[in-house]
Order: sequence, then C-alpha cells, then structure tokens
Amino acid sequence: MENTLYLVSFILVMSLATFVTRAAPFMLFHKQGEHPILVFLGRYLPPAIMLLLLIYCVKDINWFVDKGGVNELVALGVVTIAHLLFRNPLISILLGTSLYMFLKQNM
Amino acid sequence: MTTQSQSRMPSLQAKTAPITSSFKATLPVLFGYIPMGMAFGLLLSDQGYAWYWATIMGVAIFAGAAQFMAIGLLAANAGLFEVAMTTLLLNSRHIFYGLSLIHHVQARGWRKLYIIFGLTDETYSLLTAHHATQSQRSRPTKESSDLALSEGRFQFIVTALNQSYWVFGCTIGAILGGAITFDTTGLDFTLPALFMVLVIEQYKATQKLFPFLIALICAVASLALFDSDSMLLISISMTLALLLGKHRLDTRLGVK
Repeated sequence: MENTLYLVSFILVMSLATFVTRAAPFMLFHKQGEHPILVFLGRYLPPAIMLLLLIYCVKDINWFVDKGGVNELVALGVVTIAHLLFRNPLISILLGTSLYMFLKQNM
Repeated sequence: MTTQSQSRMPSLQAKTAPITSSFKATLPVLFGYIPMGMAFGLLLSDQGYAWYWATIMGVAIFAGAAQFMAIGLLAANAGLFEVAMTTLLLNSRHIFYGLSLIHHVQARGWRKLYIIFGLTDETYSLLTAHHATQSQRSRPTKESSDLALSEGRFQFIVTALNQSYWVFGCTIGAILGGAITFDTTGLDFTLPALFMVLVIEQYKATQKLFPFLIALICAVASLALFDSDSMLLISISMTLALLLGKHRLDTRLGVK
C-alpha cells in the first residue's frame, strides 16, 4: 500500500513537472501580443531545433569504430534524395527506415 | 473544382481534412513511438511493476526521456523533490518549444491545454512543420479564420494520435514483456528520418540557412565541451542566445 502511494505521488510529481516545462512560456508570455522577438523566434527557432533533434538522434554513433555511422549516413542520404525527388514525407521515411533496418540486421 | 464550390463547403473540408492529414502526418511518429514505448514498458515490467503502471505513466506523463529516467529513479527510491528537480531539468528544453509556438496554437480552451500538455519533441516538430507550410501556402484572407479552425483541429488530433501511439506502445511492451520475438532492430530510425525530412521542409519554408548554421555550431560546441546526455538542453539554449543576438544585430542594422 505504501508502495502504491509512493508510485502515485511519483507519477503525479513527474507529470506536473513535465507540464510546467511545456506550459511555462504560454503562461509567461501570452499577453505579449505579436512581439517582434517572438515572431522572429517563431520563424527561426523551429528549423534550428529540427537540426538539433536530428543531430541528437545520431550523436551516440561511434564514428571511428568498425563501420560506425555508415548505415546511418547511407539511410539519411536516401531519405534526403527521396524527399527532394518526391517530397512525400511518408515515402522518404519508409524508404530510409526499411533500408536502415535491412542494413542493420543483415550487414 | 471551381473556386465557388470550394467556398461553399469550407466547413465540411475543415471537418474531415484535419483527420486524414493529421493521421498521415503522424505515421512516422507511430513507427517511432510504438517500439520506443514498448522498450519502456518492457523495462518497467522487468522491475516488477504491474503492466498498468506503464499505461498510467504514458497517459499522465507522456515524456519519453523522463519516463526512462523514472525507471532509474524508482529503483533508487528517489525522493519526490529529487524527482521534480530532475524532471524539470531534463524537460526544460520544452520551454523553448512553447516559446516559438505561443501564437501558433490555434485551439482554444481544454483542447489548447491538452496540446500544451502533449508537446513532445515529435509533436512540436509536426506542429511547427505544418504551420510553416501552411503560412507559406496561404496569404491571409477572409478565409484565414477557417484555416485557423482547421489548423487547431489538426494540432489537437496530431497530439492525441501521438499520445495514443505512445500509450499503446508502453502498454503492450509491459504486457508482452520478454515474449517479443520479431526483430525490430532499426525500426526506431523513423525518428531521425522524420527529423531529416522536417529539416528539408523547414528549409523550403524559411529559405534561410542561418538557423541551421547556428544550430550546427551549437551542436558541435556542446558535444565537444559537455556531457553528450545534456546536449539538447545546452545546444538549444546556445541556439536561442545566438538567434536573439542575430535579431538584435538585424534590428540595429535595419535588416528586414
């Protein structure tokens, strides 16, 4: 019973803390209107963060050991080419992922 | 279709279009969240917790990194204050997500609250990419309020779909436990592939290279100088600082 109480409060605390990080800017800045800085950030922060998330996904690759990173680079290259050709996110992601799974499981 | 017939039925389009378009948009997240959620459920059930705790955590917390960290914190019987502090620190990157979405969340009331609650890395990526292509395509007209309405629905449905994939993954991972036999190695590549696609889409929408250059410099610097686990928070903070600097410089020089 004590364990359940701990688990429930644990989950509540973690849920609340996560929500606070997501809601803070909306609570702090909602009265600002279309402030030029917010407009600027709204436009240029997303592209920068997208690249950071991409780098974050591949940061743990050991580039200098064995075939480190080759599978990832090839698959990302295929995603890029497919996306430039067809501009259909699903096709690009499906092609890249199936190629990556094949390389990873068979090579 | 003529422009007249289009303008006669915007409400029908506004109702059905967001459902199909948001499902399509979330498919890569489906393939990323289910294996990742399953990994979480598996680890949690390995610690001896009943499967429904994985479900409850997926519903109430909905944050991948935090939930994985929760397994370690639970094992260590961490104090609630420590739990709060670690979660705040780990998820503080979300502050920057909200910062660039303040005026772009189009839903109202409890739906808006829910979108904010569900603002994961992946949800944020889909919402900003959608907004970028929308504002690229449409000039503000009298129909823009219809557009805002359907964008609000899109945002709400995308968030809900993403969370349902996550909760589903957490749950079946915990139920199946070690009984999983099919080889999912590499399936989680859908997430880097999704971010690659979104980088291209963001470039096409903004037509500017400097956000990517700034991000690249900050990523390399934070990986070189700091622990790689804290890369996201550090590199996003540095990026924000450099973007603010650039904005200041631009206004001082009168660049539009």
